Amino acid sequence: MQITSPTFKANSSGALKDPQLQKALKHVKSNFIEKRASAVEALPEFDALRDSAVSIKNHVLENLDIYLETFEKNVTKNGGHVHWAATASDARGQILDICRRVGAKSVTKGKSMISEEIGLNEFLEASSIPPIETDLGEYIIQLRGEHPSHIIAPAVHLNMDQVREEFQKKHTHLPADRELSEPESLLKEARGILRDKFQQADVGITGANFLIAETGSTIIVTNEGNGDLTQSLPKVHIVIASIEKIVPTLEDMSQFVRILARSATGQEMSVYTTLSTGPKRKGDPDGPEEFHVILLDNGRSGMIGTEFQDMLRCIRCGACMNHCPVYHAVGGHAYGWVYPGPMGSVLTPQFIGVDQAGHLPNASTFCGRCEAVCPMKIPLPRMMRHWREQEFEKHLSPPSHRRNLSLWAWLAKRPKLYRISTALVARGLWLLGGFKRRTSFLPFAGAWTKHRDMPTPQGGTFVVQWNLGKRPPRSIETWRRVK
Amino acid sequence: MNEPVRVGLFVTCLVDLFRPSVGFAAAKLLEEAGCEVYVPVSQTCCGQPAWNSGDKADTADIAKDVIKAFEEFDYIVAPSGSCAGMLSKHYPELFADNIAWKERSTKFAMKVFELVSFLTDVLKVERVEAAINAKITYHDSCSGLRELNIKNQPRKLLNSIEGVTLSEMKNPDVCCGFGGTFAVKYSDISNSIVTEKIENVENAEADLLLAGDLGCLLNMAGKLRRTGAKTEVRHVAEVLAGMTDTPPIGGKA
Amino acid sequence: MTKSFILEKLKAQINPSLSDETRRMAVADRLSKHATGVLPAMPATRIKRVNKFIEKVIASQATIEQISRRNASQAISEYLRSHNLPGEIRMGKDERLKIIRDDAKGLLIKDGRSDGQDLASFSHAEAGVVETGTLALFSGPDNPTTLNFLPENHIVMISENDIVPHYEDVWKVVRSRYGEGQMPRTLNFITGPSRSADIEQTLLLGAHGPIRLHVLLTRD
Repeated sequence: MQITSPTFKANSSGALKDPQLQKALKHVKSNFIEKRASAVEALPEFDALRDSAVSIKNHVLENLDIYLETFEKNVTKNGGHVHWAATASDARGQILDICRRVGAKSVTKGKSMISEEIGLNEFLEASSIPPIETDLGEYIIQLRGEHPSHIIAPAVHLNMDQVREEFQKKHTHLPADRELSEPESLLKEARGILRDKFQQADVGITGANFLIAETGSTIIVTNEGNGDLTQSLPKVHIVIASIEKIVPTLEDMSQFVRILARSATGQEMSVYTTLSTGPKRKGDPDGPEEFHVILLDNGRSGMIGTEFQDMLRCIRCGACMNHCPVYHAVGGHAYGWVYPGPMGSVLTPQFIGVDQAGHLPNASTFCGRCEAVCPMKIPLPRMMRHWREQEFEKHLSPPSHRRNLSLWAWLAKRPKLYRISTALVARGLWLLGGFKRRTSFLPFAGAWTKHRDMPTPQGGTFVVQWNLGKRPPRSIETWRRVK
Repeated sequence: MNEPVRVGLFVTCLVDLFRPSVGFAAAKLLEEAGCEVYVPVSQTCCGQPAWNSGDKADTADIAKDVIKAFEEFDYIVAPSGSCAGMLSKHYPELFADNIAWKERSTKFAMKVFELVSFLTDVLKVERVEAAINAKITYHDSCSGLRELNIKNQPRKLLNSIEGVTLSEMKNPDVCCGFGGTFAVKYSDISNSIVTEKIENVENAEADLLLAGDLGCLLNMAGKLRRTGAKTEVRHVAEVLAGMTDTPPIGGKA
Repeated sequence: MTKSFILEKLKAQINPSLSDETRRMAVADRLSKHATGVLPAMPATRIKRVNKFIEKVIASQATIEQISRRNASQAISEYLRSHNLPGEIRMGKDERLKIIRDDAKGLLIKDGRSDGQDLASFSHAEAGVVETGTLALFSGPDNPTTLNFLPENHIVMISENDIVPHYEDVWKVVRSRYGEGQMPRTLNFITGPSRSADIEQTLLLGAHGPIRLHVLLTRD
């Protein structure tokens, strides 16, 4: 996909002026947050489960090489195949090889952010094997030629009338005057169309929420059931998963399952949690004849042992973006690549380079709400700050910003000069504000005063006044202290 | 008789420059709670602008100056959750790989508190006797809330004031869009966030909006005054200290 | 080639303070012990747990009725009739469903995997998990997994004896039936009927899988 992260500022200004998008984003602000809060409240063990899951994942990352080999061994034992992909291009090639070998004419897909990461759809289309997205949201945006704007709710940037319009435009084999006024009718239409695609597909491609080392199982967690039809109806099932999806045992997976849906949609449990182990067995009436797992690295191994290792704990629940004021304001597409929101602001520079994605880790107020709700307790603001450190070291931050910063820092290290300068500024601004105590125009602060007034100072600075002997009014004993 | 508690007041650069009355209010509250208040003249800023811009070297220089100026006191108190969080949470993180300063910054960090939570949690202050007749809405500034767990402390003290009615806004714990340099670097996004915030403020129908961080207050006051809203804005310390004779932040509505 | 490249890279990045030997032992230990982590609290008595299971099944927007096993055919017929569905049901050869064949009560029974046209299917769950009202179904020669997804109406029978508190209890069933480290080809955890909220966050049932999920809870 085309990367637009470098123009994040322009993207976001456009997003703020897009009434359809702004209307759609209101759903994120209320729904996800309220549902998660009540699901968490209803499970007293939620925080203990978070700690448990964090320690499991940390253990996995410390032993990832061993767990991956164990997983491979167990997939193979069950008749499946494991393919190791160091890069996105390796993974695309392996998938194409399998599709070509079985003469695939059509491919269905379950929702997978990894497939977005490797640009699989564009690649398969160019190779004349058109993939069909089957998750309702993914299907809608595929019709529109868009990419997901949210990792678990890909079409969250759209309103119903936009979906209706698209269906009327693209489903030309259906009567033009058909009833499509309710969301139910839109769903029914998509269900009918996709039902045929499921039956016709030669290969089904899904992602994985977890890979279990103990059993060689891959797991998908879904609500629609499209993932299950994708993986059980075609002759071949390909799972594309990144290496950090490993969990050691079935018991360990259970810890994650308890926090995943609650953090994501606020459900206690997603509708379908499916564990697949190898291809269909002797006597099985259904299931794929071939079972392939692509293990994608794509730079993740290089994050281990660095300040970004904790990011590999991410289970892609979307809670960080659901709670992010910046995401709420601009939506997912403004971020300009596959992963939006706080997790995207940490991951995107890793994948496309901090020179390309430098805006993302900067476009945060560091309000910390993402870290507070992250089920895996990933210190997202801290990691964004690490990217800012790299930008600063590499001189990638804007020169004007660097100049102001170094001037300010120079002054902050010279208290006497600082006292004099701040006294002058305080006095100057005080005069500017006058009796109104504010100004709607301030030189060099146009970005501030474009949207809001600048409250002006009270005149003198505190430290100078205090040291000249000014003190607060002393009252009689007004405190009642409880010892 | 107990030795009085010696408190170094880290007033913060914004209070120093924009609103000294918050510094005097903080000093009054601390003195009335039995502390001896000291204001080291060499204090400038906590270093957050450099820290959040990825400039670790300048941050470290500034942090060392702050530690040297304040480590002699029993406690270091700031009328800001954000700056107190910088001193208590981020200085040790900054010096994590510096053998000489790691321990020194950690020892220092343990003595750092935000003003209101210092009064309630350390000095065990239960109530204040200020006088104000107002319907108040309180915004939880992000750092104070999420780094230092400040939530009930200011509400508790505000509720102890006769004449105060608390009217909670919707989502008091959601960011106001300030974020330091964020407000100017991404001013359109910041504007969108603060616009929603002041909508919630106005819907609370309060006379007065309070918070514990001057940065957030300047942002929200600037927006409220620009839009001609009715709610006036002050730092929570001013109300707790009964020092509301100065004009509100950004002037009267 | 690629495999060794990735593994070597990982080894180079991973904390060098632990030897490979130590790490291998830690992994082997974890895999063999499969220790249980944090478990949500459960009602103390069996009756209360069954009641909680029923409550959770309903919360998942499925329906549930308690029946005696010999009345299964009748319950299915009545359920189909109440939804204006023909008296046909697709099901596997699972022994526990045999009672339906023996006493079909006019139901037309279709065998094997679903052809995608069936309106209703019937399965037997291996376990019902109290904590979320989740049904666990294992695929096999007599239990096609597609029956859980293709028909619009899915009826699942489960015995009260198979109601267990936690997901972890299902793993005990799996290990005792299939052996250590072994799994059924497909294990489906199902919690309510299929749904999507992809259009304006409006929750709609029956996205691709069943629109209705009906549980027959048997006391015997």
